Formats: sequence, C-alpha cells, structure tokens
Amino acid sequence: MIEFKNVTKRYMTKTALRDVCLKLDKGKIIGLVGLNGAGKSTTMKLIAGLVTPTKGSIEIDGSKVTRRIASKVSYLSELDEYYSFYTVQQTIDFFASQFADFNKDKAEEIRAYMNLDANTKVKHLSKGNRGRLKIILTLSREVPVLLMDEPLSGLDPLVRDSIVKGLITFVDTEKQTVLLSTHQIMEVEMILDEVLAIKDGEIVDHRNVEDLRYDEQQGILEWMSAIYE
Amino acid sequence: MTDTFQSSQPIYLQLADRLNRQIVSGELKPGDKLPSVREMAVSSKVNPNTVQRTYRELEASGIVESRRGQGTFVTENEEILFSTREKLKNDQIEHFIQVMHDMGYENEEIQAGLRIYLEGGRSND
Repeated sequence: MIEFKNVTKRYMTKTALRDVCLKLDKGKIIGLVGLNGAGKSTTMKLIAGLVTPTKGSIEIDGSKVTRRIASKVSYLSELDEYYSFYTVQQTIDFFASQFADFNKDKAEEIRAYMNLDANTKVKHLSKGNRGRLKIILTLSREVPVLLMDEPLSGLDPLVRDSIVKGLITFVDTEKQTVLLSTHQIMEVEMILDEVLAIKDGEIVDHRNVEDLRYDEQQGILEWMSAIYE
Repeated sequence: MTDTFQSSQPIYLQLADRLNRQIVSGELKPGDKLPSVREMAVSSKVNPNTVQRTYRELEASGIVESRRGQGTFVTENEEILFSTREKLKNDQIEHFIQVMHDMGYENEEIQAGLRIYLEGGRSND
C-alpha cells in the first residue's frame, strides 16, 4: 500500500502539491488524471523517491520512501533516458544488471510479445518502439509498485493498443500496484480499477471506477468533465 | 469477444451478461471451460480484477462452477440452466414492455402486434 501523509511539495516558490493525503491499495491499476502542471509527475517522482516532500511523508508498505525505495518501485519516466548506442538486448541486459528483481525471462517474453527486434540500436528505434522498450523495462521488474508517467503519450493508436494489452497480460494484479498518468483516458478506461483526479496540486477526487459506473451511471470521461470544466 | 463495453455501466456486469447470453444461446455449452481470468482479460481488453469479479458473480448465481486448480466451468445443472434461460427471456420481455408502455401502447395492441409479427406477416400499416 502507498500512503501519503499531508504531503506538500514546493519547487522554489511554486507549490506543486498541497497537503495531500492519499491511500492506494495493493493490486490495483490506478489512473492519475489532471491537466498539464497539475502535479501528476511530481506525485510519481515523490513515490519513486526522486524528489523529497517539503512537508509530510510517504510510505510504501509501511516503510518511508527515500532515495533507496527503487528496490520496491519501477518507474517509467516520460523522458527517454537510455543509452542510444546500446541495442535493445544490451539495454535489457543493462537493466538486469542494475536491478536484482529484474526478470530476464519475462523481459524476453514481453519483447517477443511486443515484436521488438533485440538487435536494433536504441538510436534507430522509432518513437513507438522506444515506447515499447520502456514498457518492457518497466514491467520486467518484480516489484510491488509500478509507476508509469504518460506511457501512451505521443504514440500511435496501434502502439497504444499493444501497450494496453501488454499491461493486461504482464502486470501481476495480485501483487503489483500500478499508478499511471495519462491524457488518453479512452484507451485505458477499461483497465483501470481506480481513478485519481489532481487539480492545482490537490487530489480533488479518488474513485473506484466500477462503483462510479454502478452508482452514477457515469464513465470516467463524464466524471472528469464535471471536475475540470 | 472484441465488442466494446459501455463506459458508463459496470464492466463486470456487462461481461457477466455477455457470458450468460453465450451460455443460453449454446455458444458456451454445459461443462465447457471458461477462459482463464488472464485470457479473458486480454481477449476482452479489461482489467483482470474485473474478470475476477465477473466470475465471482456468475459463480454466486450458480451458472458457472470453479473447480479447484482446474478453472471455471459452465454448470451442467439443468435447473440452473433452465432458470437462467427463463430469467434472460423475462428480462428482455420486461424491457420491451416497458418501452412500449412508455410510448403509450396498450397491452391488447402489443399482444396483437406480437402475434401478427410472430406468425410471419409484419403489420406495418
């Protein structure tokens, strides 16, 4: 379980998150939505231990998040940050050497599933294939928390579809919690257990998606437009 | 199984409904094994947790049975198969009658219209 206790994050004078309290249960796929600059990436980076709260604290399964939380968290950044001179296979091997929890068999399985050639150099990959590589690297780690910052952004519909199917196939929903931020709600709405809406640095709503449909006959898009219009 | 779901209704119920219809129509036969949770999630492109909930729901109604270590199977219990068949029929009739009443049709008109339709001559005038 991930827990935020009164977390505030300021960058210089700008407040990115304001007094956030939040509990995310194990085994859920959770969507994080919000406009650009609302605080989505900051939320992810705080869980990944890449930035520290100005106030408050964050815990994963009862232990406080620090720089060393990487052993529990797999983080897909919205940036590309791989060595461009490596091949796909070398990148996978490099990740395997860095993380003890990296499952190379699973990586191979996902790579084959995603139809990504092992011998192509990263610098020669199309944007879509770089997106696939990121998914392979993120999902191959056997950790309780998977964070994916805009995994679908800027990719064409076929790639987005293969990534969504990859998530359904390779996330272990009995053991792993997935938090993913996206603007492409239509693509992921059928795979989300919960949605979190963030607005101006505050969590303004947190719903179980099936309950939302059951209780209010609303889909995520209707729910969002009520929040953001 | 790639039909899309309505985003404003619970997916687990829509999926349960779909499976019930497949059982009643015979597309899924008594004793057939349902796909595993993961397979069903991938083929219908929904969250595995949702499929789990659908299977739980169907199991509670008795139309499927889970056998330890083997998976989930369509029941061979004829009573349950029959009552499911009846239930789906009654649900459709109820829905149809509701719509007709909302539009102001009387029972006699509905009955007469149904009889003519089912006997082959469509009354369209």
